Amino acid sequence: MAIKKFAVATYTDEEVLFPAVKKVRNSGYKLHDVLTPFAVHGLDEAVGHKTTDLHIAGFIYGLCGTSTAVGFISWVYTSDWPQNYGGKPHFALPAWIPVTFELTVLFAAVGMVLTFCYLNQIMPGVKKHVFHPRQSDDTFVVVLELNNDSDGKDAIEFLKSTGATETNIQVAEAGWWYGRFDKKEPYELQNA
Amino acid sequence: MHLKYESFIREPLVEGKKDYHQVSEDIIKPIEGKPGRMWYVGFFFSIVLLIYGIFCVCWAVYWGLGTWGVNRTIGWGWDITNFVWWIGIGHAGTLISAILLLFRQGWRTAVNRAAEAMTIFAVMCAGQFPIWHMGRVWDGFFCLPYPNSRGPLWPNFDSPLLWDVFAISTYFTVSLLFWYSGLLPDFALIRDRAKTKLRKLLYGVASFGWTGTVKNWQRHEALSLVLAGLSTPLVLSVHTIVSFDFATSVIPGWHTTIFPPYFVAGAVFSGFAMVNTLLVLTRRILHLEEYITIGHLEAMNKIIVLTGSIVGVAYLTELFMSWYSQSWGEMAAFQWRILGPYWWSYWAMMTCNVVSPQLFWIKKLRRNVIFTFVMSIVVNIGMWFERFVIIVTSTYRDWIPGSWAYYSPTWTEVGFYLGTFGLFFTCYFLFAKYFPVIAVAEIKFILKTSGRIYKEKMVVYDNMSTVEYKGFIDAAHHDHDDHAHVDSHHEIKLPTGDTHGSGPAPSSSESEEKHEA
Repeated sequence: MAIKKFAVATYTDEEVLFPAVKKVRNSGYKLHDVLTPFAVHGLDEAVGHKTTDLHIAGFIYGLCGTSTAVGFISWVYTSDWPQNYGGKPHFALPAWIPVTFELTVLFAAVGMVLTFCYLNQIMPGVKKHVFHPRQSDDTFVVVLELNNDSDGKDAIEFLKSTGATETNIQVAEAGWWYGRFDKKEPYELQNA
Repeated sequence: MHLKYESFIREPLVEGKKDYHQVSEDIIKPIEGKPGRMWYVGFFFSIVLLIYGIFCVCWAVYWGLGTWGVNRTIGWGWDITNFVWWIGIGHAGTLISAILLLFRQGWRTAVNRAAEAMTIFAVMCAGQFPIWHMGRVWDGFFCLPYPNSRGPLWPNFDSPLLWDVFAISTYFTVSLLFWYSGLLPDFALIRDRAKTKLRKLLYGVASFGWTGTVKNWQRHEALSLVLAGLSTPLVLSVHTIVSFDFATSVIPGWHTTIFPPYFVAGAVFSGFAMVNTLLVLTRRILHLEEYITIGHLEAMNKIIVLTGSIVGVAYLTELFMSWYSQSWGEMAAFQWRILGPYWWSYWAMMTCNVVSPQLFWIKKLRRNVIFTFVMSIVVNIGMWFERFVIIVTSTYRDWIPGSWAYYSPTWTEVGFYLGTFGLFFTCYFLFAKYFPVIAVAEIKFILKTSGRIYKEKMVVYDNMSTVEYKGFIDAAHHDHDDHAHVDSHHEIKLPTGDTHGSGPAPSSSESEEKHEA
């Protein structure tokens, strides 16, 4: 939670965006983030992000589901309340495969989605700064973080040289907060 | 980057001159405007049906299941028939979004959102039937394994009916999560475009504050892929487990090992038919013909003819096995199915499911919108009769001739079925009005490989020989090393060896793209 100063550049073409991101990373400016309206393959590598471990979390949640199902049903049928169904064994593993499978999938899916929301810091009621009204439409937005005492003119010049279509300086909240998208935030007055 | 070359044999998935902004405009426009008169009329009728259905269910709960036509011989009538029918319809959405994602079928992007919505609504409708069939519905929670004061007495984990409880609730939950995670970026798009305060507020909440940073998208892609991987066996397991409700019993006509694959194929068959019914109407009413193209309908018709043929083979296999078993009960069950008092249901099933879909081998008919629409309804009538045949005509003549019976539904059962149509279409109308019916972000993702104008630009490369192409790449590479600026590629020599194509010359940025790839 911190209000910071940013230099914002927009691009309308992925083919300009990729070299621009490369130049930003070589320039020494601090890249705050890149926002895109859809998943652009390879951009995560270009920005320098490692691959995500979300799928490993999913695997672990799945294992929890499997062991919950097998553990619980075997406890019920061998220890808590053993029942005789036509002389069949109490520990009837093949008959438990369907429930075990379903719980594996359920735990993995629910766990992964919750982890996804937690890592991305998204939730109903969460608000984040929208750097450009068309960042979810057709515009790729590159955001550089500036020092508070910098006027950012050099950063803007630099961004223009990378082929940006629009550039500006914005004061904005860097993280997330609880808020409503129909209300203006106090810091936004500084950007008028 | 999605700049890979795509074969020209594949027809474009997005017709017309579209850029990213135009895609947003086309798909979000209907949400921002007032719905047309057709929408109000349809919505009104859906609500009326829903209210009538609620009335019929209340009637059955108040007076008891004696108000239904089921009797001691035929314990499962329209209710379980409708349950299996709806749950079968609910298979197409997740199949499209999960299995076709794993198979990298680009055409799924235009239809997956609506198909998944349909899945969720169909599962909601399906769930009503076993719940209200319980009779003493207020004791319904007994089927959940919770610590209770009766021992605790646990549900029977060895019973297919309990497996069904787990399968369907898991399927509903996972489909909902998969669907909603895909909706987040599109809700963010509506939020950022919104002119009214209320819309900004509501879609802001619905979008969870999504902004689309690179890391968000990276995790989103990972999530979609793993959810697809999980949903693929899940979708197959659900109808397999539904078929276990029958296959693990010892009733002639039910006790067969062919049931799981046969049920899954039938589910996909009816699900795709329902997707066609809805999409033919949706693309027309919302003017989305350039996104849900004839090619999309044809792809689904191909799956219908495939699964319809699998179902046909299954019917014939059942017949063969009943004769081959030389079991009196098995042979009699199938003889009575075909020639007994319910002969009409068997022949309706055979005509609608096996014979008529074979017309889809003809390409002209596959690509005909009206024929597709009519067939989609015929297929679902046939699939309803299939479930009726399996359930009622396996039980109406049981081991003791004295208990043979005939079953017809009463008005409460019919009203209940109509009520689920009301529920389904009420939900679908609300969905079509307030949700983006096509996954906007996913269409943008494939736009530059599969959009018509972008494919046409690639004609130049398509006409090059490999030698020419290599020379072209080398030139672009050399040029790229020499110049730092993006807009400095204009001097690239284009090969002139194209023989028949005459696409526009590639711009400077395209040479860059080739290099990046």
